[in-house]
Amino acid sequence: MTLSSETTPGDDAPKSWQPFERFAGRPSWYPRPTDTPQDRQFQRRLRFAVIAVVGVALLALTEQFARPATDQLANSTTWSIALAYAVPILMPAMGGIFSERAGVVNIGLEGMLILGTWFGAYGALEFGPWWGMLIGAAGGAVGGLLHAIATVSFGVDHIISGAAILVMAPGITRFLSDKIFQGRPGGGITQSPRVEDVASFSIPFLAGGAGTADALGRIEGWDWFWISDAAGILRGFLWQVSWLTLIAYATVPVSVWLLWRTSWGLRLRSCGEHPIAADSLGVDVYRYKYYGVVLSGAFAGYGGAFLVIELTGIYREGQTAGRGFIGLATTIFGNWRPVGAALGGLLFGFTDTLQLRDRSAVHGLLLMVVLALGLMALVFLIRRRYRAAAGLAVAAGGFAVWHYATETVPKQFPQALPYITVLLVLLFYTSKLRMPAADGMRYRRGQQQ
Amino acid sequence: MSTRSTHRLPAHRRLTLALAAPVAALILSLAVASIALVLSGSNPFPAYGRMFSYGFELETLVDMVNRATPLYLSAVAVAIGFRMNLFNIGVEGQYILASIIAAQVAAELSLPAPLHLVVIILVGMATGSVWALIAGVLKVTRGIHEVISTIMLNAISISLVVAMLFRQWDVPDESLNQETAEIPPSGRMPDLNGFVELFTREIGKGRVLWGFVIVAIIIGILYWIYVARTRPGYDLRASGINPLAAEASGVSPKRTIIVAMALSGAVGGLVGLPEVLGRDYAYGLQFTQNLGFAGIAVALLGQNHPGGIAIGALVFGFLDSAAPILDVHGDAPQEIVEIMKGIIIFAAVITYVVVQRRRQDEEARAASLAMGSGEPDPPAEASSDAAESDTRPAT
Repeated sequence: MTLSSETTPGDDAPKSWQPFERFAGRPSWYPRPTDTPQDRQFQRRLRFAVIAVVGVALLALTEQFARPATDQLANSTTWSIALAYAVPILMPAMGGIFSERAGVVNIGLEGMLILGTWFGAYGALEFGPWWGMLIGAAGGAVGGLLHAIATVSFGVDHIISGAAILVMAPGITRFLSDKIFQGRPGGGITQSPRVEDVASFSIPFLAGGAGTADALGRIEGWDWFWISDAAGILRGFLWQVSWLTLIAYATVPVSVWLLWRTSWGLRLRSCGEHPIAADSLGVDVYRYKYYGVVLSGAFAGYGGAFLVIELTGIYREGQTAGRGFIGLATTIFGNWRPVGAALGGLLFGFTDTLQLRDRSAVHGLLLMVVLALGLMALVFLIRRRYRAAAGLAVAAGGFAVWHYATETVPKQFPQALPYITVLLVLLFYTSKLRMPAADGMRYRRGQQQ
Repeated sequence: MSTRSTHRLPAHRRLTLALAAPVAALILSLAVASIALVLSGSNPFPAYGRMFSYGFELETLVDMVNRATPLYLSAVAVAIGFRMNLFNIGVEGQYILASIIAAQVAAELSLPAPLHLVVIILVGMATGSVWALIAGVLKVTRGIHEVISTIMLNAISISLVVAMLFRQWDVPDESLNQETAEIPPSGRMPDLNGFVELFTREIGKGRVLWGFVIVAIIIGILYWIYVARTRPGYDLRASGINPLAAEASGVSPKRTIIVAMALSGAVGGLVGLPEVLGRDYAYGLQFTQNLGFAGIAVALLGQNHPGGIAIGALVFGFLDSAAPILDVHGDAPQEIVEIMKGIIIFAAVITYVVVQRRRQDEEARAASLAMGSGEPDPPAEASSDAAESDTRPAT
């Protein structure tokens, strides 16, 4: 599987090494990209910073316009929930990163997520929530192992094996529910008895944990443009954080370190970039692919168990609602990088949260879409990509009309919004995404080319 | 994927190899299911016996065909994409959207009987086609992989459908009876009970054989003719097997992608109609979902061949229709057949790969023997030493 059927470089992508022409389309003050890895890393960090600043500003601006209908967009409660709701998307996305960095496409993530929900519920019922998380992750890992056996050892097409897991997982969980949950109080063929949660905590001094001051909460109360909103979002990340959420987010820096700072990670990634070269250098390609795919299943399983133990407190059939697929899209959307996946996961988690909270906030979201599209149009205008800019401006106008012509939007709009966003982002930035070169390749040991 | 060697194996050997995969898959899945049955405390053999005797009653067979029809259509839709190396996992969204729009149009139109039906079917096909084309156009113009765009489109279409259902009738979200208006009799698919009863006894238990199976058969035949006997179908297959060679010989990859997605979506748009036109006469919450993903599995089982897909769809239909007897007798929860389906897919794809590798090896061996000795068609077992020398199948 390749991301692009052909290369469609953007207007500003270099075709060969043309040091001056390359920046011809950009204004003189635009930072000149250079090609050393340090510069690229700096630029990436700069980009994330800009995204964060602009994103908060967008939320703040939307809130100003949408008042008094909603004040929930940059509110610490909203973001605290969003953080938790992002986890069942972030975890399969991290799984997708490990699997695809090792060169195995995993569309069975949804199935592994489902296995995680069931085994998480079972573990939590039998041994308590912490064991539930562990057993849920193990259940997902078994799904990953199955995928690895089929794709790595037998060389089956990755999509095919993934589809088989997708078909099988709901059947397995239903069968097991009938055998085990059926007959317990509150349990049945489609759901488990209620399970218990693990403790959560607040960070002292910043978010008022352990009876100390609540600095961010106070700043949030000042109601200053941007600053209070940023404080609200930040407080959402620090206030009443569950240990399970913390572990989930801790995997982001840990994965970055593992994949880019250890030789284990280098070997794993080399299997996804050029397995034949890796093999010739003595890397046991099959073994590393197994690591990647089994870990991927474990991540998805953790996400599933989190959904049961932390978010809903119950296993219910169909509760994953396609989050595994969204996770897979987040992997790509985040350019096969953990930090990108975390940002994408938060985007989905945020819209997931808003539709849970109130419908006027959803109507305000329309305004945010207008502002975001307008901003993108402006950026493209500066970059002299006039057609793209015009298209975005028209889209922004359309959403503006929708916003001012209606009082409410269908409840399903926020449900569809993240998917539309992903499509739009891919539409404009697909040339900036780079998948592992040998992703989806059916590698056989000893093959020559 | 497959390297067609110029040297063919003897007919009996080819037949053995072709049958090895499905037979092995069936045995393996029965074995795993037996283990599950034993673990859940019942004897597998009487359970299978009951499944078979119940499964071959006339009413169950009718049920089997009804379940196989949408699966077959879904699998053909997926297979059209597979032939071009396109993974249209968007059949799910295409058929759900197409079904609600077709049901809506059908309820509001009033036309004479045959025309009404034709219009509904065309509306369904057009909707599915347009929805699939979005992914096709995104791929051709912006290079977005169809797996991602169709996942997104699936989710969007499902929320669109829910939005349409809830907004139009403006009832509280908690209300359970969400349906489109009823389709008038002129837009319903006549059933085939009368036809079947000519040959057998009367069909009891209120079972009805949906007339849509005829449409599925026609689609199957058209698919076979298109892929095996027409120029565009040849282009499609050629692009799937070797895109570079196809392009060099003048096949436009972009056009082929667009055509393949449009056709796949058109067939995908039909998947939900057997239910809408044959049973419910409306689109409601009892509508079956997940047929798109099941179609992927059936297309794989049938190796994208119209006949193979039919067998796969019937096997899955049989498992579905015969499973409830397991619950009745307390042998096992009927969901065990879902596990069996998964195992069948896994076992089938794994054995297909193994058998294909084996066949390539044998063909290469036979070819190298033929070249070495100068004889046109020596037996494959002649001398294995010479065969080991230097021929490896290209992968």
